[in-house]
Amino acid sequence: MDQESPYWIDGSVPETPGTGEYPDPWKKTEIIGTRVPRVDAYERVSGTAVYPHDVSLPEMLHGAILRCPHAHATVLKIETSKAEKMPGVRAVLTGNSPGADMPWYPRRGTFYGRLFDTNCRYEGEEVAVVAAETPLQAFDALRAIEVEYEVLPFVIDDEAALEPSAPAVHEGGNVVGEPRVRERGDVETGFAEADVVVERTYRTKCEIHAPMEPHGSVARWEGNKLTIWDTTQGVFSVQEAVARAMGLPLANVRVIGHYMGGGFGSKLEVGKYTVYAALMAKMTGRPVKIFLPREDCFLATGNRPGNTMTVKIGAKNDGTLTAIDYRSLGSSGAYAYGADSSTLAAYLYTCPNLRTEDTTVYINAGKARPMRAPGFPQGAWALEQAMDELAQKLGADPVELRLKNIAGVFQTDGGIPFTSNQLAECLRKGAMEFGWSEMRARDKTGGHLRRGVGVAACFWGYAGGPPSTVIVKLYSDGSVNLNMGASDIGTGTKTWAAMIVAEELGVAVNAIQIEYADTATTQYATSSGGSKTVPSDSPAVRAAAYAVKVQLMRMAAEQLKVDVSDLEFRDLTISSRSDEEKKVAVTALEKLDRQGVVIGTGYRDPNPEDMVTFPFGAQFCEVEVNTRTGEVRLLRFLGAHDSGRVLNRLTYDNQVFGGIVMGVGLGMTEERVLDPQTGKMVNANFHDYMIPTMKDVAIEHTCVPIDIPDNEFNTTGTKGLGEPATIPTAAAIANAVCDAIGIRVTDTPLNPIQLARLIAEQQKEA
Amino acid sequence: MSNKKDPTKRPEGGVTRRGFLGSVGAGAVVAATGVARPGEAIPEITSPEEMVQVALLINGRIHRLLVEPRWTLLFVLRERLAITGTKAGCERGECGSCTVLIDGRPRYSCMTLAVEAEGTEITTVEGLLDGEELGTVQNAFVEKDAFQCGYCTPGQIMAAEGLLRANPSPSFDEIRCGMSGNLCRCGAYPHIVNAVTAAAESKKGGR
Repeated sequence: MDQESPYWIDGSVPETPGTGEYPDPWKKTEIIGTRVPRVDAYERVSGTAVYPHDVSLPEMLHGAILRCPHAHATVLKIETSKAEKMPGVRAVLTGNSPGADMPWYPRRGTFYGRLFDTNCRYEGEEVAVVAAETPLQAFDALRAIEVEYEVLPFVIDDEAALEPSAPAVHEGGNVVGEPRVRERGDVETGFAEADVVVERTYRTKCEIHAPMEPHGSVARWEGNKLTIWDTTQGVFSVQEAVARAMGLPLANVRVIGHYMGGGFGSKLEVGKYTVYAALMAKMTGRPVKIFLPREDCFLATGNRPGNTMTVKIGAKNDGTLTAIDYRSLGSSGAYAYGADSSTLAAYLYTCPNLRTEDTTVYINAGKARPMRAPGFPQGAWALEQAMDELAQKLGADPVELRLKNIAGVFQTDGGIPFTSNQLAECLRKGAMEFGWSEMRARDKTGGHLRRGVGVAACFWGYAGGPPSTVIVKLYSDGSVNLNMGASDIGTGTKTWAAMIVAEELGVAVNAIQIEYADTATTQYATSSGGSKTVPSDSPAVRAAAYAVKVQLMRMAAEQLKVDVSDLEFRDLTISSRSDEEKKVAVTALEKLDRQGVVIGTGYRDPNPEDMVTFPFGAQFCEVEVNTRTGEVRLLRFLGAHDSGRVLNRLTYDNQVFGGIVMGVGLGMTEERVLDPQTGKMVNANFHDYMIPTMKDVAIEHTCVPIDIPDNEFNTTGTKGLGEPATIPTAAAIANAVCDAIGIRVTDTPLNPIQLARLIAEQQKEA
Repeated sequence: MSNKKDPTKRPEGGVTRRGFLGSVGAGAVVAATGVARPGEAIPEITSPEEMVQVALLINGRIHRLLVEPRWTLLFVLRERLAITGTKAGCERGECGSCTVLIDGRPRYSCMTLAVEAEGTEITTVEGLLDGEELGTVQNAFVEKDAFQCGYCTPGQIMAAEGLLRANPSPSFDEIRCGMSGNLCRCGAYPHIVNAVTAAAESKKGGR
């Protein structure tokens, strides 16, 4: 299998045992698939939800982090004595402090740096930390720390980093690992067979995750037990990383991550701030809270690396692809990360001859982290524009060209079948609902406002699977506790989980109380990332509810003196199929009354062998380009996604639209700008680094779910949605702009500054 | 900073994110970054004697407390009064997470000093509740699923509340303009428009 170990799994993953008792796929559902407002909506809109940033404990101190202001420098000397005497300062931590000299980062058992490194490899590398009575006192004290730096030469450009004369970010050169090469068939033969070939180089710019809640933690010790409130996508991954870094037993580290204000991948990894807070809480004997200022979040909490991608595609006159050659260069930042972007190009379409090559380089900038479908929106920007250009050259409809080349199997190891692939449905139904053919056939002449339509397709390369353990408890009064370790990062995890229990047991959604995302009180779950929370955890939720149901049925059979096979379970009442008189409400079960509670444990069943599962999708957009100003108005966006069964249509729509909005950011507004003279980020704020506002997104959004359960894959028939929803967006915009004015925009962001220049060049040539 | 509080004039109108940079002083930026530069003077720290007494009218209750003159309304709400529904996103007037109503108008509480907020009527997201019952805009956000992670949501709700108080029947474009000072990284904007539209209808219906 050509799948790497999943990026969201940090360290070891326990296997979960199968129960052997799995329910059949749902035939008909009453709650699943409907629009249900979130079970925690009240808390989120009333201000009563306590996010980690809101946590305040008695005697709590506030920490602040001093960061290297240079792109590359060596710390020669740190003088903290003045800072230590500042009002309210209780502790100052540097690499020389006892217990602070430790390797970092504990990812998959390897370390890539140190908690404090005197060799600062990017602007924002941590130098010292202060804990004080108030946040302002802590920041005041940072300014009193005197640091002597030796400023070193730096490299911030991916291509420059490959030059032999480039400053070395790490010993041993700037290439991270070995370039990753994938080969299938023979591309030279493939291009020789082609009637038409397109080739072009595309570039995406570095994007910052920028969740609205800044990164941070609160740490408190009680004896040798450490409790951490962290804004994280996975409490168990934070527990493991902190325990490993600090040499603590896992059982002594409790991580609580109830509410959290967005992550998009940047909060899959543990932050140094968490360990700083724990160390300073130990030093002072008081709880310590460290939340990063927004500028620090821009500099030091991850990014989606920019990629330079050269793609060459050959096809027959009938549209059959004969060869794809794809080369990608991306940067990991100052520490190791894989900036690959080729997976989409390798597997989305059937192509017998393929070569891909991904190279990642170190540069003196913040380390990349997985960001919503890592590598895929970049790959789509290149591949899906190349497909569009190919359609133009062939005189083919872009939808038809894609339909002709949809991959029937996962093209590796001779071809592995998909459990489901509804990409054709996404394209056909999406095109129909969008009015694609009518828009393509329109009169294209006009004044300075020119309309265009574009399409792009995708799959997403992970599907989820074991482990997941969930516990459902039903009390004698019919109320229910649901216990699961997964985080609800805003995707509606708690709500679909409650809907599944309600569907199985016939209890009201609001009768279910949920315990989640706390390593001390809930069962192990992998982090919420990779669009895998629904497909990994929903079958475990269903299995747990089913286990409760099985026990209740046995109790009813005993009480009613009938065989279990004669009983049916509906709305918390169990009745005999053969004898209408014989029925009992669950709350009237004598054994349940004596026992007090029924506990059901559900495990995630294994994925089917010799098959692979991916979500698929296609997006359509209509733009209006002002050829005088280069402004692009997004008129309409439509997302048609195959993510298996829809659990909650309300949050499903929201997820699709949210993915599109984030894709608009990649395509049109966002770009990390590093100053070539200093290597420093010049737009580390929301004013200059522009994530889309309400005025930047499309006027009309439509969601067309391809709601076909994937029952081969798991017992809820679900696949993931969060990442595919953002993969094709930027490419669809570029294709629509090209349709409108005939200009192929190869670089993000597609903004008026760039487009006005390209339009002027076009007019000059004409 | 003097102990005597001058009645400060507040600028008219709301604040927009992108139009704000001009009024952010360089000193404020440096203080927020915490980067020490050689030769830079360490600022004078306010001593306890220099703290100022203020009385803040928040959600209908008067809170009397001592503040440092540099403390923002956001800081006082969250760190001194533990009214944490109002969120901190950037603390430099760009994201809108900290939006509250001041005399009925949406304002960024991170850009408002606590001392300037004295004498005004401050409403936070908690102030829209009637006992435990959600207000009209809050209900509309629930029903239309106008959020994902929920962190920007109190600010979005206050911006919507302020918009609807000033303009009970906003057009689509007026909603987009009125809400454009509040960022949502989850991208719930399409549903936020639906919620604001629904809330406007409900408010006309008598609530």
